[in-house]
Amino acid sequence: MLTGLTLTEARAGLAARKFSARELAQAHLDAIGRLNTTLNAYITVLPEADVLASADAADARYAAGTAGIMDGLPIGVKDLFCTKGVRTTAASKMLADFVPSYESTVTANLLNAGAVFLGKTNLDEFAMGSANINSAFGPTTNPWKRTGDEATALVPGGSSGGSSAAVAAGMALAATGTDTGGSIRQPAAYCGIVGLKPTYGRCSRWGTIAFASSLDQAGPMTRSVADAGLMLEAMAGFDARDSTSSNRPVPEFHKAVGKSVKGLRVGIPAEYRAPGLPAEIVAMWEQGIAWLKAAGCEVVDVSLPHTRYGLTTYYIIAPAECSSNLARYDGVRFGLRKDAPSLDGVYEATRAAGFGQEVRNRILMGTYVLSAGYYDAYYLKAQKVRTLIKRDFENAFENVDVLLTPTAPSAAFAQGENMDDPVQMYLNDIFTVPASMAGVPALSVPVGLNDAGLPLGLQVIGRHFDEETVLSIGGALEAAAGFTHTPSIHAGAGA
Amino acid sequence: MSLDLATTRRIAKLARIGLEENELEATRQKLNGILGWIDQLAEVDVTGVPPMVGTETETLRQREDRVTDGNCRDALLACAPETSGPFYTVPKVVE
Amino acid sequence: MSYTIEGRTGTWEIVVGLEVHAQVISHSKLFSGASTTFGGEPNTQVSLVDAAFPGMLPVINHECVAQAIRTGLGLNAQINLFSRFDRKNYFYADLPQGYQISQFEYPIVGKGTISIELQNGDVREIGITRLHLEQDAGKLLHDQDPTKSFVDLNRSGVALMEIVSEPDIREPEEAGAYLRKLRQILRYLGTCDGNMEEGSMRADVNVSVRKAGEPFRTRCEIKNVNSIRFVMQAIEVEAARQVEIWENGGQVDQETRLFDPSRGETRTMRSKEDAHDYRYFPDPDLLPLVLEQAWVDELATRLPELPDAKRARFQAEYGIAFYDAGVLIAEQAVADYYEAAAHGRDGKLAATWVMGDLFAALNRTGNTIETSPVSAAALGKMLDLIADKTINGKIAKEVFEDMVETGESPDAIVEKKGLRQVTDTGAIDAAITAVLEKHPDKLAEYRSGKDKLFGFFVGQVMKETKGKANPAMVNEALKTHLDA
Repeated sequence: MLTGLTLTEARAGLAARKFSARELAQAHLDAIGRLNTTLNAYITVLPEADVLASADAADARYAAGTAGIMDGLPIGVKDLFCTKGVRTTAASKMLADFVPSYESTVTANLLNAGAVFLGKTNLDEFAMGSANINSAFGPTTNPWKRTGDEATALVPGGSSGGSSAAVAAGMALAATGTDTGGSIRQPAAYCGIVGLKPTYGRCSRWGTIAFASSLDQAGPMTRSVADAGLMLEAMAGFDARDSTSSNRPVPEFHKAVGKSVKGLRVGIPAEYRAPGLPAEIVAMWEQGIAWLKAAGCEVVDVSLPHTRYGLTTYYIIAPAECSSNLARYDGVRFGLRKDAPSLDGVYEATRAAGFGQEVRNRILMGTYVLSAGYYDAYYLKAQKVRTLIKRDFENAFENVDVLLTPTAPSAAFAQGENMDDPVQMYLNDIFTVPASMAGVPALSVPVGLNDAGLPLGLQVIGRHFDEETVLSIGGALEAAAGFTHTPSIHAGAGA
Repeated sequence: MSLDLATTRRIAKLARIGLEENELEATRQKLNGILGWIDQLAEVDVTGVPPMVGTETETLRQREDRVTDGNCRDALLACAPETSGPFYTVPKVVE
Repeated sequence: MSYTIEGRTGTWEIVVGLEVHAQVISHSKLFSGASTTFGGEPNTQVSLVDAAFPGMLPVINHECVAQAIRTGLGLNAQINLFSRFDRKNYFYADLPQGYQISQFEYPIVGKGTISIELQNGDVREIGITRLHLEQDAGKLLHDQDPTKSFVDLNRSGVALMEIVSEPDIREPEEAGAYLRKLRQILRYLGTCDGNMEEGSMRADVNVSVRKAGEPFRTRCEIKNVNSIRFVMQAIEVEAARQVEIWENGGQVDQETRLFDPSRGETRTMRSKEDAHDYRYFPDPDLLPLVLEQAWVDELATRLPELPDAKRARFQAEYGIAFYDAGVLIAEQAVADYYEAAAHGRDGKLAATWVMGDLFAALNRTGNTIETSPVSAAALGKMLDLIADKTINGKIAKEVFEDMVETGESPDAIVEKKGLRQVTDTGAIDAAITAVLEKHPDKLAEYRSGKDKLFGFFVGQVMKETKGKANPAMVNEALKTHLDA
């Protein structure tokens, strides 16, 4: 099955001319054609002719011996990356017809490496959400079903839910995601795939629609840990157009996978063992610890005392930044405009009509925590707590090489669950947010199924710019877990 | 801290999001729920802790003073919902 | 206090602080690579960053940072090695991002001073509170359409230095002197062209009034005043308005106002009526701006000589008066001209010529110092001809006028017109003899004691020699002849 390959396998197959990039692309276009109405993983699918033309160009490069590291590999692009000449919506009515004249650095890097884009994947509007239910283009459905319950539609996680569903269902070999508080890792865990949030600064933010600038980071969503390394190599790199981009060299990340993890010290943060954590999550975590011990790692208990404030801190800082970042959507220079007799009237009508409920609420929350009289109590306080959270990680990493935690406190839930209380929804990110706050790299690896037959992920968190050790540990978990399950809905099913 | 309706209205005005009266109340309740949860931050002692701005792993890089951009009016205005000649347009503003 | 307002309830003084927005001289904008040239076609000097397209990010311009440091050094101010950019959040049609990137908490330049001189010769120090870098806004055109305002973003994102004074100003005249001095310093430094008509220097004026010894009362901010004269007028009318309100038992509201020069009054600015809540917070797209002391030192060593220092040096080096030195250094180009003409020569004489005949000629011919028909070198050459007695002062005026008209060198003019000074004693003696023969009566009068006629004889001899005789030699020889 061409749609069931890893990037690494597909790359090898293309290099060996076992199949062409055109065949590979066509197989994915067919899968999208069959499945997208059910899953709604793509907001925009590129015209077949364009996709095949890119694939033909890749084939030509293979023939010429000039193929790049992602050459001919068909992937999905989260619809938050601006793509030149291709509608980019951020899953918002505000940008429903926005066609950028520019290509984001990350997608330009992927194109330079030869990747073939299939389309733009669904997400929570402006990347705000944990279930992909906040999309102006409708929710994405998780291709996984609870055992014996094919009727209940589950969420794919969010915000990169379209990307995770597409990769899980065989509608792309891999996809780009962005992660602000867990938006790559949590949907990867819910869909049984690998998701890597690199160190802040590793991938350029230029041309990626901003949610919270100090947290946003692009990363790969793939079917294997090695794939995540490979794709990050293509995505990452210094960009002079992003003042927060790091100019450290980009290592050959994929080579870190398969390296011995013997003697590495793995920290288990006590605070993540929260009361009420479901037994199946605890059990999977214990299993992961046992696998790493067996692989020769030294497992030690560590403490991240401020981690319990990570989520509340996040829900001050991220809305604050978003309230300012989204001020540019005012109906004047691009995007939606609702007419009104006055300038303020245009602003208010446009922004009320263009933004969905969750985005509006976060903008309002952010406006509030920055406003006169509340800044110190909320925003400034949160920034200080953020310092403490970062210090917790720095202290822990003096004694250990990585941290191992669950990725999410549960498996994927049903559409319609957790919808009334925003705080309940936010709690899905409780394990992913702290690493975002500290800016350190973190990886989610699928390691098993729960009793309902849904995938669970474990999270590996590393030091700043030490994605390699994270990938090595992730590779060890992957090897031990041998996760080969496929969701009920995927390109190969019933074919 | 708890949000009243007047503050909710003021915040919506500051953010230029036009909310109907009935939406204001629903919004107020929703935000209050979140604020109640956020208030647990009050218990953290941050005495002497500096605020973290971004991830601050480096300092600001500076670019050379060269004209490298601009001259793309057509591409810019093509995206605009309303223009007149070479200008963007908005309802008349009195300064 | 020389400027006060006499009200019914007593005497009021005014308290003024100025916030000057000075456009930084640079090729490209503060955070984008678009051009800053004035007067481009609408919306052509706009990048995706300036128009705040989704995903666009700011990257700071090194030269703008350097210009801010130079200006800080020129204002004798503290240069802050750590500064930061914040977002000032508000919605307006000229502000694409919905926020202005500015420096709120940690400006790049801290406290400094400017010394100003008043008409009566008094010198005062005005404190500088701070200088920070920020983005300029775009421009709105209100007169193109009956129902629409048009938006031109060419200026959006151009670097500004906001220079904030302490509320040290107590007279309209001081405000004018402060602005002129600040503009002079900026021009000397080459950090802002100071052109208020083109809007590259704009002033926001904070005005309040109080009775002597009182703490400050509520102030109003008059936005975007675009000439020094209007700043002084605006202060007067606004102070009078406030006195009127206080004396009628009212309250002055803290608000933003506009000055209308045609009506000579200030009025509330409609677009700023809403309560301000700018929600400043550190811009997460930018990291802290950390400067190396070594770079600051290097910029300091390469700073041009500033007006105060130049004035003192001109006085010391060229022996000219404080006032004259002030006139000559008012503009860098004049100072350079003067110095080129005066260097190694009689500085006082050079000053007289520059401030007298040269300025008059420039005025008359509609030229500036940059387009002067007489170069500094040519004027210097002419001064040399006076010094080596080739021509005398009177002939020099004739030579200079010819230089203005023809642009020819003074040597050539002297040769062409045969204006070389007569220093031949025989020729002078002959001229004297001729004059005395023509005026025997006057000679008799002189000899009978009418000494005042000496001047008459000098004049006649000069006339006889067509003005070319060396006046000192004529004096000498005349004495000999008359007293013989």
